[in-house]
Amino acid sequence: MQQDKVVEEATLLIEDWARVHGRTRDGLLPLLHWLQEEIGYVDDAAVPVIARALNLSRADVHGVVTFYHDFRRAPAGRHVVKLCRAESCQARGGTAVEATAVARLGVAMGETRRDGQVTLEPVYCLGLCAIGPNALVDGRPVARIDAAALNRIAQEISA
Amino acid sequence: MTRAFVSRDMASVALGADEVAQAFEAAGCEVIRTGSRGLFSIEPLVEVEKDGTRVAFGPVGPGDVAAVLNGSHAARLGDVSALPFFAGQQRFTFARCGVIDPLCLEDYAAHGGWRGLDAARAMAPQAVVDAVKASGLRGRGGAGFPTGIKWQTVLDAVSDAKFIVCNADEGDSGTFADRMLMEGDPLCLIEGMAIAGHAVGAGHGYVYIRSEYPYAIATMREAIALSAKRIAPFTLEVRMGAGAYVCGEETALLDSIEGKRGQVRAKPPLPALAGLFGQPTVINNVLSLAAVPFILSEGAEAYAAVGFGRSRGTMPVQLAGNVKHGGLYEIGFGITLGELVNGIGGGTASGRPVRAVQVGGPLGAYFPPSMFDLPFDYEAFAQAGGLIGHAGITLFDDSVDMAHMARFAMEFCSVESCGKCTPCRIGSTRGVEVMDRIIAARDTQPVAAEPVGGGLTKALYSRAPDRNDGGLEAQTALLRDLCDTMKYGSLCALGGFTPYPVLSALDHFPEDFGAPAPVKEAAA
Repeated sequence: MQQDKVVEEATLLIEDWARVHGRTRDGLLPLLHWLQEEIGYVDDAAVPVIARALNLSRADVHGVVTFYHDFRRAPAGRHVVKLCRAESCQARGGTAVEATAVARLGVAMGETRRDGQVTLEPVYCLGLCAIGPNALVDGRPVARIDAAALNRIAQEISA
Repeated sequence: MTRAFVSRDMASVALGADEVAQAFEAAGCEVIRTGSRGLFSIEPLVEVEKDGTRVAFGPVGPGDVAAVLNGSHAARLGDVSALPFFAGQQRFTFARCGVIDPLCLEDYAAHGGWRGLDAARAMAPQAVVDAVKASGLRGRGGAGFPTGIKWQTVLDAVSDAKFIVCNADEGDSGTFADRMLMEGDPLCLIEGMAIAGHAVGAGHGYVYIRSEYPYAIATMREAIALSAKRIAPFTLEVRMGAGAYVCGEETALLDSIEGKRGQVRAKPPLPALAGLFGQPTVINNVLSLAAVPFILSEGAEAYAAVGFGRSRGTMPVQLAGNVKHGGLYEIGFGITLGELVNGIGGGTASGRPVRAVQVGGPLGAYFPPSMFDLPFDYEAFAQAGGLIGHAGITLFDDSVDMAHMARFAMEFCSVESCGKCTPCRIGSTRGVEVMDRIIAARDTQPVAAEPVGGGLTKALYSRAPDRNDGGLEAQTALLRDLCDTMKYGSLCALGGFTPYPVLSALDHFPEDFGAPAPVKEAAA
């Protein structure tokens, strides 16, 4: 039942998109980005619909969805914290900040908290490398993260 | 009305520039959002215009508006370009960044914009390619391949459709020059791409930007819409990446634009002959393309006059990590690593001694301070067992554990490997395991002769007796062997260059790998 609803919604969105942008293969990434923007994730049930719309095999679409780190196959938490793990942030104490973030937010790296309030994800470089450790909190860049900043972020995501 | 200039760069915004801009607006100022000047220890930076000159204050918070406007604020810097960090620079590519409103066509034209494109369009395509060749410009993405020769190949290829692709998948940690340029002077990149289009006979271009750069994507899209008429008949579009580091590799990037998994293609054929959609394609880094307008407007000689050896022109060096004065420093090749790290960067932010610097991102080598007399030059770095890459320099203080960094290099490779070739896909995972054993053995000195995992492991690996020896010496030999396989057996730079950080850490900092420290040369 729920599966049907997902397929129905995805079909409408995908057909809308294809009418504007066409049905060539190079539209696959833009379509997946847009679908995720609209629904929040790319449901497995949407894969055959996308495959039909762009005249690709299901395996092909599945392969692309699972290759790229950005595409989710399940909904994220209400808030998403992307914490940088790359070298420049590590040089500024990023490893300790990561451990504190995991403890303070109550969720393991790469996981969604059980209450669905927050997803903590690793990101490898936001290009703010002289002012780390850095994160994107719901798309907003935050620099020079320390314990106090993590407290503010924890407050923010409890809302 | 008083005009105040506040950066809209993502780094400035992360430090609170939006709130500062709002505060100045609320105080009745006309706020102009520029790119960043490039020194992040003074961000958020505000420049207030008085009698036609700009007076800078930074760092500034939203509560400092009154003090800034009456000139009494303690963080008064005066003329930004006179600050030591900026006075020594040679800004060819970043001349406008931080000065102009990046989305104002009049500003761009008033500061020398479009002169390169106009000059190019008055020339025959071959003459444009010759100018780029004469400038000595080499690929700024890291490989250092001569840009003019790449363009010549595409110009000579016969095809109805050719493409210009800009590689803006700047995934290397410690680099942010592409992002700063796209946010601070996007029209410069657009102009460079339009010149490339004219030079090789391509009608359409793509800018492939990583999804971690939402501000750059938005700014580029706006700038492309704004300048569509100016660059016609050449057309451009932005494509957004999806979080795959390997898409910074040019053939993986092409596959990604085509809607496929970002897997590396075997070369040949070269992208210049069979690239995007199988057509001849110029694929260049942001900084390579953005250097082209200067070359066409000021002349190839002016560009080639600066530099060192076979590395001509300027390089926007990025100082990052644990650095006191971090930011973007554009300078001619030849400056030494030590001048950049200690002179310009001012050492570490933590105040502790610099122990290592990584040059060129996650695939670049770690250098100890004893090698700080290396000149910034493609060949000199290659000879020293490293690479310039995208010219990011990440500083580490003496609290760094180099074995941990070597392990991270392997871990990063295993996370980001596209999976096409075995040395990279499997080798990186095995590399993490070997590093874990080395770190475990190091931390339980004296070395335990007991094989890791006991009898079961021994049974499983009975045909590879060296893996049963969890001792430091055997595991270190295994690591070197593995790095050798990855370096020479991988299809692209991800697997092929991961040994650089690993082996340089091992060679220059053996004490972190449980081996005796090297005999230090007498500090004269």
